[in-house]
Amino acid sequence: MADKLRTLQNLEALQARYIGTGHADTTKYEWTSNILRDSYSSYVGHNPLLSYMSVGMGEPKEKVRTMMLEKMVRGAGNPPETQE
Amino acid sequence: MATTSHMFMYSLTIQPPTAITQAILGQFSGTKEQQIVTASGSKLTIHRPDPSQGKVTPIFSQDVFGIIRSLAAFRLAGSNKDYIIIGSDSGRITIIEYVPSQNRFNRIHLETFGKSGVRRVVPGQYLAVDPKGRACLIASVEKNKLVYVLNRNSQAELTISSPLEAHKPQTLVFAMISLDVGYENPVFAALEVDYSEADQDPTGLAYEEIEKVLVYYELDLGLNHVVRKWSDPVDRTANMLFQVPGGADGPSGVLVCAEDSVTYRHSNQDAFRVPIPRRRGPTENPERKRTIVSGVMHKMRGAFFFLLQTDDGDMFKLNLEMVEDENGQLTGEVQRLKIKYFDTVPVASNLLILKSGFLYVASEAGNHHFYQFEKLGDDDEETEFSSDDYSADPSVPYDPIFFQPRTYENLNLMETINSLNPLIDSKITNLTEDDAPQIYSVGGTGARSTFRTLKHGLEVSEIVESELRTVPSAVWTTKLTRSDEYDAYIVLSFANGTLVLGIGEVVEEVTDTGFLSTAPTLAVQQLGEDSLIQVHPRGIRHLLAGGRVNEWPAPQHRSIVAAATNERQVAVALSSGEIVYFEMDTDGTLAEYDERRQMSGTVTCLSLGQVPEGRMRSSFLAVGCDDSTVRILSLDPDSTLENKSVQALTSAPSALSIMAMADSSSGGTTLYLHIGLYSGVYLRTVLDEVTGELSDTRTRFLGAKPVKLSQVSVKGQTAVLALSSRPWLGYSDIQTKSFMLTPLDYVGLEWGWNFSSEQCVEGMIGIQGRSSRSKNWITTCSKNLFPLAYTPRRFVKHPDQPLFYVIESDNGVLSPATRQSLIQDSESRNGEAAILPPEEFGYPRGTGHWASCIQIVDPISTKSVVFTLDLEDNEAAVSVAAVPFSSQDDETFLVVGTSKDMSVSPPSSGGGFIHIYRFQEDGRELEFIHKTKVEEPPLALLGFQGRLLAGIGSTLRLYDLGMKQLLRKCQAPVVPKTIVGLQTQGSRIVVSDVRESVTFVVYKFQENVLIPFVDDSIARWTTSTAMVDYETVAGGDKFGNLWMMRCPGKVSEQADEDGSGAHLVHERGYLQGTPNRLELMVHYYTQDIPTSLHKTQLVAGGRDIVVWTGLQGTIGMFVPFASREDVDFFQSLEMQLAAQHPPWRDGTISSIGVIDGDLCEMYFLLPNDTKMMIAAELDRSVREIERKISDMRTRVAY
Repeated sequence: MADKLRTLQNLEALQARYIGTGHADTTKYEWTSNILRDSYSSYVGHNPLLSYMSVGMGEPKEKVRTMMLEKMVRGAGNPPETQE
Repeated sequence: MATTSHMFMYSLTIQPPTAITQAILGQFSGTKEQQIVTASGSKLTIHRPDPSQGKVTPIFSQDVFGIIRSLAAFRLAGSNKDYIIIGSDSGRITIIEYVPSQNRFNRIHLETFGKSGVRRVVPGQYLAVDPKGRACLIASVEKNKLVYVLNRNSQAELTISSPLEAHKPQTLVFAMISLDVGYENPVFAALEVDYSEADQDPTGLAYEEIEKVLVYYELDLGLNHVVRKWSDPVDRTANMLFQVPGGADGPSGVLVCAEDSVTYRHSNQDAFRVPIPRRRGPTENPERKRTIVSGVMHKMRGAFFFLLQTDDGDMFKLNLEMVEDENGQLTGEVQRLKIKYFDTVPVASNLLILKSGFLYVASEAGNHHFYQFEKLGDDDEETEFSSDDYSADPSVPYDPIFFQPRTYENLNLMETINSLNPLIDSKITNLTEDDAPQIYSVGGTGARSTFRTLKHGLEVSEIVESELRTVPSAVWTTKLTRSDEYDAYIVLSFANGTLVLGIGEVVEEVTDTGFLSTAPTLAVQQLGEDSLIQVHPRGIRHLLAGGRVNEWPAPQHRSIVAAATNERQVAVALSSGEIVYFEMDTDGTLAEYDERRQMSGTVTCLSLGQVPEGRMRSSFLAVGCDDSTVRILSLDPDSTLENKSVQALTSAPSALSIMAMADSSSGGTTLYLHIGLYSGVYLRTVLDEVTGELSDTRTRFLGAKPVKLSQVSVKGQTAVLALSSRPWLGYSDIQTKSFMLTPLDYVGLEWGWNFSSEQCVEGMIGIQGRSSRSKNWITTCSKNLFPLAYTPRRFVKHPDQPLFYVIESDNGVLSPATRQSLIQDSESRNGEAAILPPEEFGYPRGTGHWASCIQIVDPISTKSVVFTLDLEDNEAAVSVAAVPFSSQDDETFLVVGTSKDMSVSPPSSGGGFIHIYRFQEDGRELEFIHKTKVEEPPLALLGFQGRLLAGIGSTLRLYDLGMKQLLRKCQAPVVPKTIVGLQTQGSRIVVSDVRESVTFVVYKFQENVLIPFVDDSIARWTTSTAMVDYETVAGGDKFGNLWMMRCPGKVSEQADEDGSGAHLVHERGYLQGTPNRLELMVHYYTQDIPTSLHKTQLVAGGRDIVVWTGLQGTIGMFVPFASREDVDFFQSLEMQLAAQHPPWRDGTISSIGVIDGDLCEMYFLLPNDTKMMIAAELDRSVREIERKISDMRTRVAY
């Protein structure tokens, strides 16, 4: 029992520390939001990728960067209605 | 690493990226002089701006083998040297300093805080340093913020504390800076959005109500913790922050830049807001809001201002006015903001203002600029807008404000620094009939797009070119006395005489020099203190000071065929094969050594080295004989003219040169013997200074003509000029000290010699045909560029002519027709309106509009655009191909795919067209034939067996040319998403998908079917591909990987079996794909997005290699390994070096089957003892290792 508790605590610590660490009840919404946010932060962090998109869109990099961060705010849209 | 892979590649960078992702300014040398440190890709470069010349020159560059994400400079209180903090993808914070004495960077601290990689919650994206250098904050996009306290210990060394956390979960950071608070507790400001509520609210109401807040984090130095001190909502669209000076210099606080406005905010001040002025003009949309994309704050004695740049490139000067008390003293309370137009410069990723009055613009696209401030826009007629007229509340509406853009008034462009970024497409072909192909590239964005020709070579500038009456065979320059700084005479040797020219104000013939003018000359030398010698076939003429002449006649029936001289020694070879040696006496006369040495064959060339510093003589004489040998003779008094060593050659030597050059292996200088052969081969061997042994021979083919060698001086170093069908320069690389041999971008010369005069301190004089030229050295890699109209997308070459067809398109830009009608409209109402040059101001913009054209460029004769064809109806060109149609007697047509009303994100379009053009006037004009509507944009086109293959969405379609339109012959859905590229060999077509890697398709002619038969198991977002052989394809993806895939042999055979292909059609697909899978051979992370790949040769006689170009201007190559031993050697070398310089490469799979050549080349830069250690570890000598490394590069490229 103590082992189980420790595992659970470890998992919780991980989940707090590393965003996106999944658990048994991860919903599709959480998962997709997480993937989306990971992707956008990667686009912002990898300069060539940001540059590639900025050339494609014909916008300065700073505008594309802001756009990506705004999309991170949105994530995968509104969460689904929860049934009580 | 998968050591079982049977294909190995050696990856090398030919040209590092030129895009600057971040630039910082500081006094990194610890002197008053400011330097610029830039990060481009994985390179950290320090530049020195030269205020007197208005130039920026790089002084040192370091490859960090990682991604530099952020840079910051800081200085500890009381110090005068700036340190550099680097936020990278290594999960560590790095502090380095620049050591000017050694010209290198030195790492001071390296603290690990998280996982490696560019991740959402691992800090590194934002970096802010307290202006007093007391603390720094490193943050990630989401949640994590770490504060490090910087201090110094009793030894005055920089110390760094353990990190203090200021995390806030589910909070995104848009911008982060430090506040200037004087000596109060350090405060950092962040623009944050908390999305936790929006993620919980299914109605979407919470998302609508999300606020962006400005947050102050205070580091309490006393308690050693970080608190969230203040937060206040700001404009929802805010994207940038700027520090406002505090303490004694100003009110402190921040500027919050949002869409259409700039607001001043501080915790204890009122907010002030000014709108961002919009452009006025007939083609401008008055509703379009501007955003600040970059900016800089500059502090001068007691005053400060901001230069803020909008997305159009317009810079605005923003001033803060403070309240004055009754005595006229500033109270530190802000009264208003004032903004006015300053000047327009290219959109920058970073702006830097130097104390010496310069502005450095690290452009986002295209060349970087360096401007000088003429004035600061203080007293011009620009309208100034004040915050008094606007409410600070973002929700209060206001009338937009306008300004009229104009050409530079405050700035003066001093220098443009070449940058290939963004490099969008390239072709490697030989159009000039040189011995090596050239790289043709298109790049840049909008009106600043360019077409560039890249040639490998040193650039030289020509100073004088003069025609001569007859063809001289050789030319020398000489000083008159040893102490002279510059050359006084130019001596030209003709078939039957010698001409002496004096160098003064003008170069003119002098006759009273004592030179024998009736015979050709073999050598000219300034000897001893103040005498000259002239060696001619009949003897040696010694011209002493005061006009006396001593003549040593050649023995009867013999003449002098070769001569070598230095300032104390003379050696001549007689036609009989004898060598006569002279040395200068103490009284300045030449004394003949009493023995002559008989050589086995006719002597073709001789060389004496320079007399080493502090010595009496050079101890070696190199003798080249026509029996294809080079002998080293000793000149030491006790063993004069004795044989020391012999080197056998493949052909008779045509020139020899002994010279001391800087060397990477020994760390100091080493004596080299340079040998040029009649066959055009050049050899460089190391000459042992004691024993005279020859070792470490390196060979290079220079050209078809016999090689001539001469010693020249470049940037204070000795270098060897080797002349064959092209002139080459051999020199030691400044950073690595390794020997480089680079062609000069110049005509072939017959003869070259060092030249130094007042006008041109380091130059050379050469002979080409009938003229003599003198020139100066400049930098490497020559480029030839001219502008294009819009952002280039792709280009093709004319099948026969040296012409290229570039398709260009710009999103959100009004087409020329729309622009014209708007201007006419306005002119009819308001009269003439000035049209601004788009190269500097960009094109007028409009959402949903496309401007697109096809341009024909001639990079060879006219070096310009020769024809432009604008596309109409909001069509944008997306693909181009030159296709021969067998139904039209194999006439080649230009096929252009276009997309109508395209939207990039989310991708959509109103269908596409395929245009057909006929080449007119040898391809210099285009005639429109017809266009065919297709349901989706044709993103890939390819000529295939006399017909046209087009990738339309996920469908691959074969067309033939009809009278009115294209005729559909056959089609098949071959990929899951969208075809973006096509390659072919035989009946095989390699189809690349936008995000599903590549699929191999076979075309069965008999049945007229297209059958996909093998695809990939990994989704690669392919950008470009090239077929390496019939089974193998090399490709690049958007995440910066390069890979090579091979079709299994059996599958490949089956696909090509005769018959209907029924077995292929009916084979069962595997996991919703084709029946077979490709094998991954090679995989490598490049740190740049490959935009084009080529299988080609880069040097004459080199092997086939894969050359790739990257978006940020990188040019790299993959060299296949020839033998397993080499692979083993380089693998162990790589391992040894990785221990010295641990590389970190991002990407899911860092490398399979690839040796990192850039890492291997770091070996040159290691200190000598480390080199020896590694060499011992590998059981080889240092020279051997260096030779292997440099051979890998020089055999196939530069």
